[in-house]
Formats: sequence, C-alpha cells, structure tokens
Amino acid sequence: MTETTTPDLVTPTWDYAPAPEARDIVRLSSSYGLFIDGAFVDTLDGGALKTVNPATEEVLAEVAEAGAKDIDRAVAAARRAFTEVWGPMPGRERAKYLYRIARLIQERAREFAVLESLDNGKPIRESRDVDVPLAAAHFFHHAGWADKLAHAGYGPDPRPLGVAAQVIPWNFPLLMAAWKIAPALATGNTVVLKPAETTPLSALLLAEVVQQAELPPGVVNIVTGAGETGAALVGHPDVDKVAFTGSTEVGKAIQRQIAGTRKKLTLELGGKAANVVFDDAPIDQAVEGIVNGIFFNQGHVCCAGSRLLVQESVETEVLERLKARLATLRLGDPLDKNTDIGAINSAQQLAKITELAASGEQEGAQRWSPESCVLPERGYWFAPTVFTGVAQSHRIAREEIFGPVLSVLSFRTPQEALDKANNTPFGLSAGVWTEKGSRILWMAQRLRAGVVWANTFNRFDPTSPFGGYKESGFGREGGRQGLAAYLDLEVDA
Amino acid sequence: MSERLQVRRTAKLFVGGAFPRSESGRSYEVTAADGGFLANAALASRKDARDAVVAARKAFPGWSGATAYNRGQILYRVAELLEGRAAQFIDEVAAAEGVDLDHATAQVDAAIDRWVWYAGWSDKIAMVAGSANPVAGPYFNFSVPEPTGVVAVLAPQGSSLLGMVSVVAPAIVSGNTAVVVACEARPLPAVSLGEVLATSDVPAGVVNVLTGRTAELAPILAGHMDVNAIDLCGAPAEQVPELERLAAENVKRVVRPPREGEPDWTAEPSPRRMLALTETKTVWHPQGV
Repeated sequence: MTETTTPDLVTPTWDYAPAPEARDIVRLSSSYGLFIDGAFVDTLDGGALKTVNPATEEVLAEVAEAGAKDIDRAVAAARRAFTEVWGPMPGRERAKYLYRIARLIQERAREFAVLESLDNGKPIRESRDVDVPLAAAHFFHHAGWADKLAHAGYGPDPRPLGVAAQVIPWNFPLLMAAWKIAPALATGNTVVLKPAETTPLSALLLAEVVQQAELPPGVVNIVTGAGETGAALVGHPDVDKVAFTGSTEVGKAIQRQIAGTRKKLTLELGGKAANVVFDDAPIDQAVEGIVNGIFFNQGHVCCAGSRLLVQESVETEVLERLKARLATLRLGDPLDKNTDIGAINSAQQLAKITELAASGEQEGAQRWSPESCVLPERGYWFAPTVFTGVAQSHRIAREEIFGPVLSVLSFRTPQEALDKANNTPFGLSAGVWTEKGSRILWMAQRLRAGVVWANTFNRFDPTSPFGGYKESGFGREGGRQGLAAYLDLEVDA
Repeated sequence: MSERLQVRRTAKLFVGGAFPRSESGRSYEVTAADGGFLANAALASRKDARDAVVAARKAFPGWSGATAYNRGQILYRVAELLEGRAAQFIDEVAAAEGVDLDHATAQVDAAIDRWVWYAGWSDKIAMVAGSANPVAGPYFNFSVPEPTGVVAVLAPQGSSLLGMVSVVAPAIVSGNTAVVVACEARPLPAVSLGEVLATSDVPAGVVNVLTGRTAELAPILAGHMDVNAIDLCGAPAEQVPELERLAAENVKRVVRPPREGEPDWTAEPSPRRMLALTETKTVWHPQGV
C-alpha cells in the first residue's frame, strides 16, 4: 500500500509481500564439463559458454562447448553401452533404473525447481508444479514400458534403433530432457543429449542423478554446446536416431542434413495455435484458459495459444474480462512464489519478440499491455501484450513469436473459426471453448492439429501423445504412440 | 472372312476423376517385356503433377470426412471390379512384366486380395493405433490416428500392378488422397487401375495416376508445398537424398524406399505403411459436474 485511503471492505485488494524461494539449495560450480561415459570430463577440442540468469543477467556458470572430438567420444560411449550393456539387458532391469531416476528427481525436486527457474527465468510456481513433477512422471511412466514392449502393439519383439542423438530447447529444459531420455531408454536405446546453450544446468544436474542411479556408463551422455555442437551430433555417422525439439527453421535444416541416411527422425517444432472461444463458452473459465494458453511460461511454449479467435458477439466482453485479468498478473522475480510471469530467457529472444511486436503496430494492429505492469531494471523482460484488430495476413498472426504476445481475431460462424484456425502451415495444438459437446467434437475432428484442448489448455501428461501436424513436425512423445519414435519400425512391405 | 481390327485404348492420365492427356502434349512409347510396341502413354509434366495435387487436395475433406465403414466398402468395391476385369489385368501384367500367365494370374489375384485386406482395415486403424489415455488429472483424454493429407506415391518400378496396389491402398484407406507416379517402364496396368477406380465409387481426386518419368516428376512432388507426405518406394536410388532434402521444405513425412530393393509384394503386408501416413491427434476435456 502506498497511501492510506478508505478501505474497500466489500472487494478488498491485497498487496503481496515478496515470498522468494531460497536459492541456497542449489550448489553451482563455477564451471561444468561434459558428461560422457558416466563421468564429467573436460572438452577435447571445444570451447566454453557462459549461462546467465535472465532475470538478473548474472553469470551462473561456465559450461563446456563440445567439439567434434567430444561428440565422437560421446557417440562411441553410447554405442559401446548399447552393444555391451543396455541392449542385452532384460527390460525388467532397464525398468528399475528408470524408476530409480524418477524417484531421484522427486527427492531432489526442490533443487531442480530452483535451478530451473534460475537458469531459465520461469516462475518457481511453474518449475515446481509443472516442469519437475512432469519430468519425474515421465520417467516413472516409461519405466513400466521397458519390460512390456511386446504388448505395446509393435509386434512380439520390437527392436531399439541404437544410439539416439537428441537436441532439446530452452523453454522446458529438464522436462524436454525427460521427454527425450525416458522413452529412448525404456525401448533399449542409448542417448547423447544436447541441452540448449542458454539452459544447460538442469540437464547437468540430471547427469548427477544418472550417476546416483548408477546407470551403466555411456547409456546417457550429455554434451553442452550451441548450434554447431548440435549439428555435429545430428550429423555423426554412428547415430541411428535423431530427435529434435525446437524451431521449425532448425527442424527443416536437420531434415535436410540427414537426407539420404537411414537415421530415423522425429521433430517437434513450432506452432501458432488458435484458441477458439464460442459465444456459449463459460467466459470466466475461457479467460483463465486464454491466459494459461499464452502467458504460461512467458509464452515460450511451442503449443501456446497465440491466436485468440473469439466469436464476434462476445468479443467485447471477453476482451474486457481478459484485460482485467491481465492487470492482476504479477511479473517479476522468478524465484518469488507469487510471480505469474518470469523473465524472457535470453537477450536474443527478447529482441525477436520486440521486433515482432513492433511489426504488429506497423501493420496496423492495436497494442495493449496492462498499465500496472512495471518491468524490472535488470534482466530480460516483456510485459504481457494483447493485439486487437489483427488481420490473418499480419506477421503477428502468422509467425511464431514465442513470447507473451496474444493476437486477437474474431469470427462469426463455426466454419469461419475452423478455416481461420487451420489457416497456418503449423499444426501443433488448438483450443476450443464452448459448452456444446457436439460442437467440441465437430471442431476437434476438423482442426488439423496434434493436440486439441477443449475447455482447457496447455495440459501435458506422460500417457498422452504430444506432437504436430504439418510444419509442426512429426512423431509423438508420450504414451504408447510415443514409443514408436525409438523402435525400428521401418516400412518394409 | 477378314479378321476384325482391334480397337486400341489411348493410355491417358487419371486426374480429378477425368482422363486427360498430358497438358504438355507429350507421350512416350511403352513396350512389352519382349520389346514389342504396346502403347503411347502420356508423359506427364510439371503442370500435370500440380493439377493432380490440386485435385487431391480438393478431394481430401470429403474422403477424410467419410465414415470408415464407407471407405471400407469403397475399397472393397475396387476389389469387386478388379475381379471382374481380372482377365484384362492378367494379360497386361504378363505383357508388361514378361511373365507367364500363371505368374501374372497370381499377381492379379494378390492385388485383388490386397484391396480386400486394406478394405478391412478402414474401421480398425483407430482401434489399433488409437488409445484412451489415463492422464493424472480430471480429464477425458483420447488419441486417434488421422490421415496426413495429400500423399505423393512413387510406385515401385518392378511390380506393375501388385506393387502399385500395395502402396496406394495403404495411403488412401485412412482418408489420405494420393498422387501416384506409376511404374515408369510398365505403366499400362496402372492406367487400367485408374479406369477401375473411376468406376468404383472412389470419389474423383482421391487417387490420381500420372505416367511418365519418375525422376522428372518426383522432385516436383517432393518439393510441392501442398503435399504432406511422400512414399519414395519407386524412387531412383541416386535421387533419394535430393528428394528427402526437397521434402524438408514443408516438413513432409517421408517413407523411405525399402533397404533391400523391391520386396516380395505377395507376402502378407504389415500395417506400418498405412500407419506411417497417419497423424496422432490427442483431445483433452475436463471432467466435472
């Protein structure tokens, strides 16, 4: 409270005192090596990268940038582990290692959550309640598959591929590592994983967990680095499988890079999801869903509901309530338990969001952000932003912004909503808000997207297959269908 | 009494349910295995390929929106009509592949049975590849396989009829529409198959058949931005890397050619080829009162 006024006893408003999560649970080293063949080692021919806390620009640690020789060494370790240990091991034994990893993540959940928020900038509420529990759940779910593959619908004796090269993004660093490693290991493959250059720390903590679980050396190798390291890993001739999550641009480059090889590829790429609100939707719930859809994780979500399609008859009402709700969001210290919106992950991403938002104004859309939102002085921040008067041709309606920016379009009929929703080269996710069940199913059937959230948004579960249509990639992660990405299912006849 | 002169058929393309010549006006000579002249087939051009993609895209909403039961009956109908014209196909396969009539008969029989096999899959794909997912929360969650969209199919270069049926039926049974490049040197059974499809209640544009040079048509289809997937079964081996690179332009799903050359098409197929051309869609809804 800044000054004393007559208290409103009917609808009182409250100020929040800071409630920071203690960060001393995380013990950072000043520098980290590569995790190869069960041990942390120095790079042979690479360099070093600094990773910063995006909320403060403070350097957290220096990590190795793996070179070609390091990749050779990591792939060789993974190959040896596949041939000698992990491949021949009975599924029931592999399962127990994965259960161990799941339990260790649960035991060290708080440490993972704080570290993730430090390195990524996401609110501790999200890393604590979403990223870390889901990562543990992913290992726990896939552990149970390891000795039941014969019953998964891929034939009586489905075979692993061998060595998997996995490249993951910075938006959910630990969770994406879990999405990649758990199914690969459950199906009997070994792994070389490259975390994103701006968020390597939780993967390196996961390497510690792998050591504590006494996973045989070489089964999981973690090589830090930037794009060049990733390209060297993907292009390594002794890799059998490539799994990538990241931008559509890089995904296409990888698909081109491995053309003509027999490497099996799965891609989880960008999106421009429509979140469709019909006039009979429960408006308050829909507003919560819109907020969760685009402002969860600062909008750094490939399946974010970045295009709001709202039926004309309720557009004014929805926008009023949405803006009122956004004015209550708290942006700031990611480690504060009351924070809703954390920091943008990097200066580079902030520049991209800033540029795209500017294009929205230049192309004639109306920009709005809550007046109450004050950005901290240091660090990378972007206020939640809503654009109205957006045309389908605007860049902010076509390109993935990967930030807290919502583009609002309107429609009159269900067919128009559907046409606009599908009018994109992407096809990762979509949302539908209506109380009419038959309309939900009509929309769900016709939306060309891999995940459809009806009267909810941004839900994830290890039993639920996730992945895209069209230029959002191919292959699924999670569930029975996700196992296919790591099994030898080449089309023979 | 003089011998009656046979009426020859003009071998044309099959695009959007119609039988056009190549818009380029080009044709190429098709010979029997023994070298004798069989026909002049249309030599499809870039424009023909693009027209075929437009026809396939136009047909996609209707075909993918049809019930699985309906698609199953239509595929079964193809088998019925093929059975009725078996004699013609046996002659054509024998001439094209230079095999004896017994061998050709076995190929045609297997091709008919293949349509029946895939017809039966139409309403079972979702049961086998779909799932109800027990998520950890109050949500109803299910996954279903859906067709990928417009699929380009490079038919195998050896088996002129059975090979083609073995790659086309798995593409369309789930609701995809297809642009097929027929076996280059032996296109006539494919041309006749188009005529069967035209009269089998298969909606116009669901299957489009191009005849011509595979190496000329394949890059056009692999790089086409409105094609969602490509089956490289019959691609020239040296062209595969280039086709995969072109396919990356819009993240096409690629079915690679078999490792060991053309497989024995008479063997029982696996559902993999069919499933490789589907997408999994997952739908969430909260539970509550």
